[in-house]
Order: sequence, then C-alpha cells, then structure tokens
Amino acid sequence: MFRNSYDNDSVTYSPTGRLFQVEYALEAIKQGSAVVGLVSKTHAVVVALKRNAEELGSYQKKIIKVDNHLGVALAGLAPDARVLSNFLRQQAMSSQMVYKRPLAVSRAVYAIADKAQGNTQQYGRRPYGVGLLIIGHDEAGPHLYEFLPSGSALEYRGAAIGARSQAARTYLEKKFEEFPELSLEELVVEGLNALRDTLAQDKELTLKNTSIAYVGKDTPFTLLDDDKVVDWLAKLDGVSRKSNPRPTGGEEAAEGTTTEGEPAADAPETDAPADADTMDTTE
Amino acid sequence: MEQSPINWGRPRDDVYGHYSEAISQAPNTHSLPKKHTQQPTVTGSSVIGIKFDKGVIVAADTLASYGSLARFDNIDRLTQVGDSTIVGIGGDISDMQYVQRLLEELEIEENYDNSGDQSLHSENIFNYLSKVYYNRRSKMDPLWNAVLVGGVDSKDEPFLSHVDLLGVTFSSPALATGFGAYLALPLLRQLVPYPDSYKNVTEADARAMVEKCMKVLFYRDARSIDKYDVATITKGNVKIEKDIKCKDQNWRFAEDIRGYGRTTS
Repeated sequence: MFRNSYDNDSVTYSPTGRLFQVEYALEAIKQGSAVVGLVSKTHAVVVALKRNAEELGSYQKKIIKVDNHLGVALAGLAPDARVLSNFLRQQAMSSQMVYKRPLAVSRAVYAIADKAQGNTQQYGRRPYGVGLLIIGHDEAGPHLYEFLPSGSALEYRGAAIGARSQAARTYLEKKFEEFPELSLEELVVEGLNALRDTLAQDKELTLKNTSIAYVGKDTPFTLLDDDKVVDWLAKLDGVSRKSNPRPTGGEEAAEGTTTEGEPAADAPETDAPADADTMDTTE
Repeated sequence: MEQSPINWGRPRDDVYGHYSEAISQAPNTHSLPKKHTQQPTVTGSSVIGIKFDKGVIVAADTLASYGSLARFDNIDRLTQVGDSTIVGIGGDISDMQYVQRLLEELEIEENYDNSGDQSLHSENIFNYLSKVYYNRRSKMDPLWNAVLVGGVDSKDEPFLSHVDLLGVTFSSPALATGFGAYLALPLLRQLVPYPDSYKNVTEADARAMVEKCMKVLFYRDARSIDKYDVATITKGNVKIEKDIKCKDQNWRFAEDIRGYGRTTS
C-alpha cells in the first residue's frame, strides 16, 4: 500500500491542496550544501559551500556563470541546475543577438520559473530538484533572486538555501539593514560570515570548499575558487569571530583565537560527506 | 516499383497494369516556383534623418503612390516605438504596415512581463529590425523597404541608423532613403560633414535644414507630396508634428521661362 496516495505525480492535489511531489523536490534542496546571497546598492554576491563525495574526489561546482552580468548558485540536483543554466545561457545569447542587450535579471528568473511551473502542471514530468540563487546586474542595478522548483521566484536583499541554511538566514536577518551601503569587500565578508554559520560543528571554510562570486555595474561576473579565495578567508578570520561568536561555543570563542588564527590554506582537510549515503547526488 | 533500368521510377505493369504515358505528360500545376514579393506596389518615397546636439529629427512625407498615381495622400510613415524611438519607413506600404505590426507586438511583449528593469532603446529596436530584414532577404522573400531608426540610445546619445530590404545597415549623423539619398543628403551634410559635427548643431538649425530638404524633395521627386510629418526625439521626449506644408516655395521665375531655346519672335 502507498503511504500517501496523493504523491505519485506532480499534478495531483492532496485533499488539503498540496502538491507533494513539489514539496519533495523542495526537500532535495535541503540535502544540498548551503549557498548564501546578498546585495548592496552596487553589487550582488553569492558564496557557496562545496562538497566532495569522498576524500579522493573533487568538489562539486556550486556556482555557474551564465553571462558577463549573470550567474547562478545551486543547492540540490546539479544536473537540473545544468539544464536550467544552459537554458539561461541560450536566453542571454538570444537577447544579445536579437536585441543587442544583456538579458534582464528578472526576465531570466521568470523564464526558468515558468519552466519549473510547467513541470508541476503536466502529467509525466517531474519538478526540478534544485534551488538557485541568481545574481546579476542590469539597467535597474544589482539583483538577487531565489528560484525554487515550485515555480516561485522572489527577489531578496539576502537569502540562503541548502543544508542548515536557516543559520545563515538568521545571520542575514540580523544584519541586512547594513547591506545596501557596504563595499564589495565588506559584502563578501558578510556572505562568508553567514555561510560559516551553516557549517557543522567540526568544519571550517577552506580554500577547497568555498566558492565566491560577485557582479556589479562595472564588475563583470567573477567566480573565485581554490587559491583565489585564500585572501578572502583571511579577511574573514580577522574580522568575524569577535563580532560574531559562534552560538554553540561561547567559552570556546573567547579563548579559541589560537585555532582560528591558523591560515586557512594550511588547515587540514577534514571535510567528509555530510552523510554516508554515497548515492546522494545533491550538492 | 520497377527496378529494371529501362523502367526506373515507374509502377510495375504486373501490379498496376500498363503504365499510362499520359501520366508523365500530365500538366504540372506547380510548374513555377513559389512567388514572393518581387516588386513593391503601393510605395512611400524618401525618409530623411539628422542628428543634432541633443537628439534626432526624422521626417517623411505622407504620400503613398500606386505606381505614378498619387493614390493615398494621408499615410503616416513615422512610427513611435517605446518612449525614445521613431522608425521611418519608405518603400512598399503593405510591408511597412506589417513591420509596424511587428513593432507593436515587440512593444507589447516588452511590457508584458517587464517589471521596469529594462526598456527598449533605439539600438535595441534597430538591431531587432535589422535581423528581421536580413532574415527575410535570406529567405528570398524580402520586405521591400528602406528604414531609418532615430532616437536616443541607452547612453542618452542621439542614435540614427539605416537598414533596407537587403539587411544592409549603416549609420551616419545624417541619413536619407530613396530620392532623399541624392537630393537631401548633400544638404544635410552641410550641417554635419563629420561624425562628431552634430554636437555643434542646434535643434533649430537641424529643423530648418529638414524643412529645406523636404521642400527640395517636393520640387524634384515626382513621387513626393508637399505634406509631411516631422518627429523630434530628445532624451525622454518624442514630439511628432503632423501634416506640415512645404512653405516658401519659389515659382516666380517660371513666368520668365519661355520655350526650349531661341524663339522666332
């Protein structure tokens, strides 16, 4: 017997008016590692936590460039994010070819939101299993959007999706009023601060597991990985722990400056899969 | 199908009976290739345009000719698209009306899902049109027009460009289509001889020169009329003046001209 006879496909409503398949898709996002996005008056930033399936494996890319003014960060099924970002690339090229202008961020987001919505309305299809934070800059300035497989596309001043993202949202909610006036550098550091709150107890942000991307008026979309994030992680160490002690380690934060002063590049790679399920393909 | 070389391509006699030679002689109802627009029918004449320091002026008369017959004397050939662009079209009028419908659809589509993050600037509309015209000529089915797009671009600079039935595009501080290219352009270039010259031209100077051009065109272009529309586009403002008459025409000299050479008297 089925536990629930209203969750066999994405087009069946439950008696309470819910689409369970869509809700399950939203669960896939929570399996993925966290991404955090935030905007100032001049720039939009996303930072992401990368995961590797095993010690010997590489870290899965979390941020995808779409165009010089547009990019996405993903949490959930990476193949679905590839499909959506490839579609966005085509839209962006089409806009450049036909109208000789960059694709507006809102247009890009609504285009994929409409695709996602279609999948919840047609039999035989499935919702996308991925959530995206989309950053871009257009005529109206910098933007940050959250895309969900339900077809919802909302603009945010700060947002976080993925595993333990509630911690990052709490951080952003506390500080978002300062964001509009921040410089790019301060904005990235705030993003990393929020991202660090999503880490499990024994984890650290390292050059291997951290991705940073930003875009602004005269700043084309820039993706930083590996060696290029070292300087940013150094800034994080200098600023953050004092102003933002980890909630779980009050005493530790007070006296724990010795371990935190350690250069991020030399930190031992302790990152392991969040759970033992090696078939988990969410990122 | 008969596979024997002497009967290639014919139905087999033992299956379909004796092959009727009449079939291969049957009149071909598709003997001619599909016909596309091969010449314009109802036509508009010149469109002229010139940049000045703060914007662009575009003008076109209101006549639509049917061959040499001045058939329709009240056809607007200047179309506003968005809030900073004028598209002036010469050539086939039915194709012009089709393009005007495309532009209207473009504007509706633009406003449909637009949250105000983007607007149609002159260069966007021009680029779109250039793709439409090149696409159609590549299908051997051209839209029989010559088009000027004038307005203000995304950097608030004056914009003026040309595209025609071949998809050929070019840009200049002064442009004219049709007879205007021969008669009006030399006059307009007195004001803007070099690419940057328009920065020293006032709206009043440009406007006076446009009026002079339209008068000269009326004098010498047999497919023109002395009634025209003028659009002036500056940043955030489009002004369209309709049904302007050619003024200050000079015909006094005519009465002094008699015959075609020495007369006997």
